[in-house]
This record gives sequence, C-alpha cells and structure tokens, in this order.
Amino acid sequence: MNPIPLVAVAGNPNAGKSALFNALTGARQKVGNYPGVTVERHVGKTSLPDGSPVELVDLPGAYGLDPTSPDEEVTRDVLLGKQKGERLPNALLIVVDASNLDNHLRFALQLIDLGLPTVVALNMVDLAKRDGLELDAARLQEELGVPVVETVAVRKRGMIEIMEQLQLLLLQPRKVRAGEGPSGDLLHLQRRAREIAMGAIVRETQVRRITHQLDGLLLHPIGGPLILAAILFLMFQAVFSWSAVPADALEAVTLQLGQAIGDALPDNWLRSMIVDGIFAGVGAVIVFLPQILILFLFILVLESTGYMVRAAFIMDRLMSSAGLSGRAFIPLLSSFACAVPGIMATRTIEDPKDRLTTILVAPLMTCSARLPVYTLVIAAFIPAITVGPGIGLQGLVLFTLYISGIAGALLASLVLRKTVVKGGGGHFMMELPKYQLPRLSDVAIGLWQRAAIFLKRAGTIILATTIVLWALASFPQAGPGEKQSDVSIAGYIADGIHTVVAPIGFNKDISMALLPAMAAREVAVAAIGTVYSLDAEDEQGLQTLEQRLSGRWSLATALAFLAWFIFAPQCISTIAVTRRETNSWRWPMFMVGYLFVVAYIVAGATYWTAVAFGLG
Amino acid sequence: MTGPIIPLDQLKLGTRARIAAIDWSALGEKEASRLRHFGFDEGVSVEPLHLGPFGRDPLAIRVGRMTVAIRRSHARAVKVTTEEA
Repeated sequence: MNPIPLVAVAGNPNAGKSALFNALTGARQKVGNYPGVTVERHVGKTSLPDGSPVELVDLPGAYGLDPTSPDEEVTRDVLLGKQKGERLPNALLIVVDASNLDNHLRFALQLIDLGLPTVVALNMVDLAKRDGLELDAARLQEELGVPVVETVAVRKRGMIEIMEQLQLLLLQPRKVRAGEGPSGDLLHLQRRAREIAMGAIVRETQVRRITHQLDGLLLHPIGGPLILAAILFLMFQAVFSWSAVPADALEAVTLQLGQAIGDALPDNWLRSMIVDGIFAGVGAVIVFLPQILILFLFILVLESTGYMVRAAFIMDRLMSSAGLSGRAFIPLLSSFACAVPGIMATRTIEDPKDRLTTILVAPLMTCSARLPVYTLVIAAFIPAITVGPGIGLQGLVLFTLYISGIAGALLASLVLRKTVVKGGGGHFMMELPKYQLPRLSDVAIGLWQRAAIFLKRAGTIILATTIVLWALASFPQAGPGEKQSDVSIAGYIADGIHTVVAPIGFNKDISMALLPAMAAREVAVAAIGTVYSLDAEDEQGLQTLEQRLSGRWSLATALAFLAWFIFAPQCISTIAVTRRETNSWRWPMFMVGYLFVVAYIVAGATYWTAVAFGLG
Repeated sequence: MTGPIIPLDQLKLGTRARIAAIDWSALGEKEASRLRHFGFDEGVSVEPLHLGPFGRDPLAIRVGRMTVAIRRSHARAVKVTTEEA
C-alpha cells in the first residue's frame, strides 16, 4: 500500500506559512523533532475534496536552498529527499507574501525549479490591498508556469481552491523536469523575481503604511525601550494577578479530591502515598499551570504580532555589548518559559560562538518552572502590600528576581566571551515583518501544544520524582517523639547536602528539596510540600504550605533560597538538551560547574548580607 | 543627476537612495548570503527608517518592499547614491 501523499508547505519566513498550515489542518497536528537534530517537525492531516487523506508538513521558513542555519538545512534536505525521517514530498505548496513578492518569488523560483508538482499560495492579499498594492494572479500564474491561488490564510480565504489544486497535482504522475536545478545564480534569480513581480502589479498607490507608523512609535529611540519595559512589566504583573482566580480554584479542587480519596481509603501506606505523595506533590505543581499559560500567552502574542523582532532590534546593541546578538533575545525570552525550547531556538543564531554563549547563559533566564518556587516563597515571606499605584510589593520582588537573572546572564556572557568562548560574533540580520493582529486560533493551538508539554512533564517526571521522594521521606517510619524528617532515608541524604549548604543559610528542609529539584525545578515546591505534609500530623488543622514555611524559615534563609534559584542549574532536561545542542559533554558539564559556583556565592552573599541587617 | 557615493550607514533617516555597489569582500560568507537573500543588489532602492536606541545601532532599512535590521558595521559595506531631482 502506498503511504498517504505528503505535501510540503514551504516559503520565506513571515510569508504566513504557519497560519496557512493551521488553516488547512486545524488542530489535527503533531509536533516532533527531525531525528538527530532539534528542528521542529510540524505535520498535520487533512482530506482532499474527494475525501482521500493527505498529510501536510510545515517546513521551517527559509530564504533559499543555500542554508545559513540548521532550520534552512532541514528545509533543503526535505525538498531534495535527503532528510532522515521524512519521505520525499509528493507535492509542494509554496507560500509567498503578496506584498513582498519581489523577495519571496526568488525562493519560489528556486523551489519551482525542483520539479515537484507545485501550487503557489499568493498569501495575505488583503494586507497588500491595505497597503495599496493590487496584483494580477493570472499573470503571475502564466509567468511562473504553476497554478497560483490568492489566499488570506487567517480568514481561511482560498483554502478550498488550494485543496482542489493539490488534488489535481496529486492525480498527475510525477513528472521529472530537466530544469536548471537549484543551483541557479542567486542574483540572476533575484532579478528575474523582481521582473515577474513588477509585471504582476496592476496598481500601486502610495498609502501611509500602518507598520511604518507603528514602528515610528515602537522603535522610537526613547519611546521604544520604555514601551518594551512596560510590556515586560505588565507581563510579569499579569502572571501574578490574572492567575490568582484559576490557581485558587485548581488548588481547591486538588485539595478536596485528595481529602475525598483520603477519607475513602483505610489509613495505610497506600493512602499516605496517594494523599501525601501524589496529591501534595503533583497538586502543588499543577496549580501553577495558569501562570505558565499566561506567560506563554504573552510570548505567543508578541511573536505573532511581529513585536518580538522589534524587541530584538531594540535590544541588539545591549546584547552585543554583552557579546550576544539581538537574535539571542528571542531564545533568551523563550527561556523565561523554559530553557529547553529556548536552547533549541538558538539554532536560528548563525554564528556558532554567539550560539554557544547564548546556550550557556539561557538557564539564567527565570523559567516558568522556577515560578512555583518563587511564588511560594514570596507569598510566604513578602507581605502583599502595594508600594505605588498598581505596583504590588510581591510583584516587585518577582520583577527583581527576573531582572537579576537577566543581569547575571549578561554578565556571564561578557565573561564567557572574553574567556572560554572567544572570537566570532557580530551577526544581526533579520527581517522586520509587518504588524498583524494575533489570530485567536493560532495562539490557541500554540498554547495548547505548550500546555500539553507541561502537563506531560508534570504527569511523568514530576509524578515519579514525587513518589520516590515520598518513599525516601516516609521510610523508615518515625517512632513516638521523633520527627519524620529526621529519621527517614531522605533525612540522611539531606544531612550530607546540609553540611555543604549550611554556611549559606539553607536548613535541612531545603537540603532535602535540592536533590529531587534536579529532575525539574518545580519539584522543589512539591518536595517541600511533601516533607511538611508528613510532619504536619501533630500540627493543628490544615495549614497552607505558605503558612508552614513562614513559621520555619528566617527571612534571610528565604532570600538566600530565592537567590540560589536564580543561578543554580537545577534541571536535568536543560543539561540533556545542552548536551544534544552542543554535541559534547564538555559544555553541559562546564555549564553545571559554573552555575553551581555562582549560585553558591550569590546565595551566600545574600544570606550574609541579610543576617548583617538583622533579618536572620 | 546622482549624488555622491556614500556608505549606507551615513545616509540620513528617511532618505531614499539607490545601491551603487556592495563591497562583498568586507562581509563574511554567511552575512553576504543573508544580505543577498534580503534582496540587496546594485540598483535596488533603500531607505534607512529607524536606528537602534542604544548607540544608534542596528539600522532598520527598507530594501525593496521589505524592512530589515542590520548592524552598522554591515551597512558600511553597502555604498549608495542619493537621487537628486
């Protein structure tokens, strides 16, 4: 039996390729990786007008078949049938931006020359019209020699016509053309593309372009950075305040569910494992899902509006003074959600040394897994008062933690660029796409894909770690008059860690949380939750974890703990992805080493300073 | 009439000019390739639109119908000539 026909969706970055892919496949998508590389592979299934199934693969955006990045390499290799893990596509759907034809047609010409059955989507014709540009699709079709369909992917205009054309193409036997191949001279192609584009223009009127006007404001030398700072500040305030209601609801549900199951079961080790282990542990992490989703929401919206690249533009000079490029801004900003996708996103950085430096400092960006830890400690120790109009003290402390991570990263990269990662650099070349309103369904798909990844993590690594920790913390069982956290296996391991971290103000509970937190940082919260819920038998009533904490830790310890978490490489996934992305153990080991040293020193300095101010 | 030939990074914001020459040898292989991908070529119309807020770097340049960001050091390799009425 023949496999389902495969259609590759290819085009320049910013041609609206992914929006078109989403419009054609809807939510029936799978995201994976190409084997051996970490370029994302997006595939989706849909059906042709005659009802037969077809598979679409959304190739990474590229400017040409002469790759300048690993993403572009995958695009070329898939189209030449050389990519591992992908069969040669049966047909090709080229997406070009109607208002940027002279540029996008060059790549389109290269692609058409490959000789695959091809249809061209003349996308975003509405935006072109808005900018006073009218095109003749029939004329274009004649020049290119392949069918051209006008589309507005975000409004699903032209989708049926695209599928009809694909159906026709897939019915034809594959013709192998003796074309000039992809090696055609770039400048020659560019000039031909420009001629064709000029010929296809029916009318062009000069209008004040919205993008130009917006850039006047958002890239203003003074206004631009202020707006960027305001957006980032709003983002972090939102993470804290908008999430309160759904987070409280989730917490109430898990608490009630845990109690209901606890009441239904006889009092034995199984009940203890389910209530104290699984519900206390995983529950404590799931509660942070609303915050993580809000953070992702901001990142996705900034990305899809076109603002993210402007942020890179504004930040490039500062990043370059730290030895990085503005391009590193997006991977580093993504690292605020999670360092793993952030480190993967460094593949768009062309210079290997720029890229390595970005990877090494990415873990310093405050990832969402640290948020549960920060949230818990801040809620326990920082009073919820306002220090100005709309500025809460808790939010301000969180903001400071984020800023410290950023400052640490810039400083670290500066030092790295002068020492272990010398030379190279100086690359920053990117397109500033047109501004667009974010499309709700595209954002929703992105949000869903990220939520699924988080829940999978919470469901597997975190669940396993919580159960192991529960076992370590529960056995052997404490006799009368003994504290459970003193006699358990975990207690003895923590004793060992405690000797090392005691000078920087960490108590035994923290020592006990540090080891499982290596699996995933948010487990630290689960670990502390588990320890305290096991000790809580003797305490009156049900206290929240925050109340328990504030009774047991000094403020100096809490602050040192926060400082530790800014720097410590507490995440096995990050180490693993660094190994994969640098293709050696040398760099991940180096990363772990330097981060632990910095974390120890900064946490220590914080503790000693706080004690000196009488907060111990 | 065309004006004198100056490097692109010396062009005033909002001034349209035509690319007279590009010193490809001053650029690395990948940078040159990316500039070609952006459509930088002799005779193409360019216009600097914005400057980075810190140190007037990088530059946002309209090239053809696209706007691209490049650093000042790379813009220097592009020589332009203004169109004088």
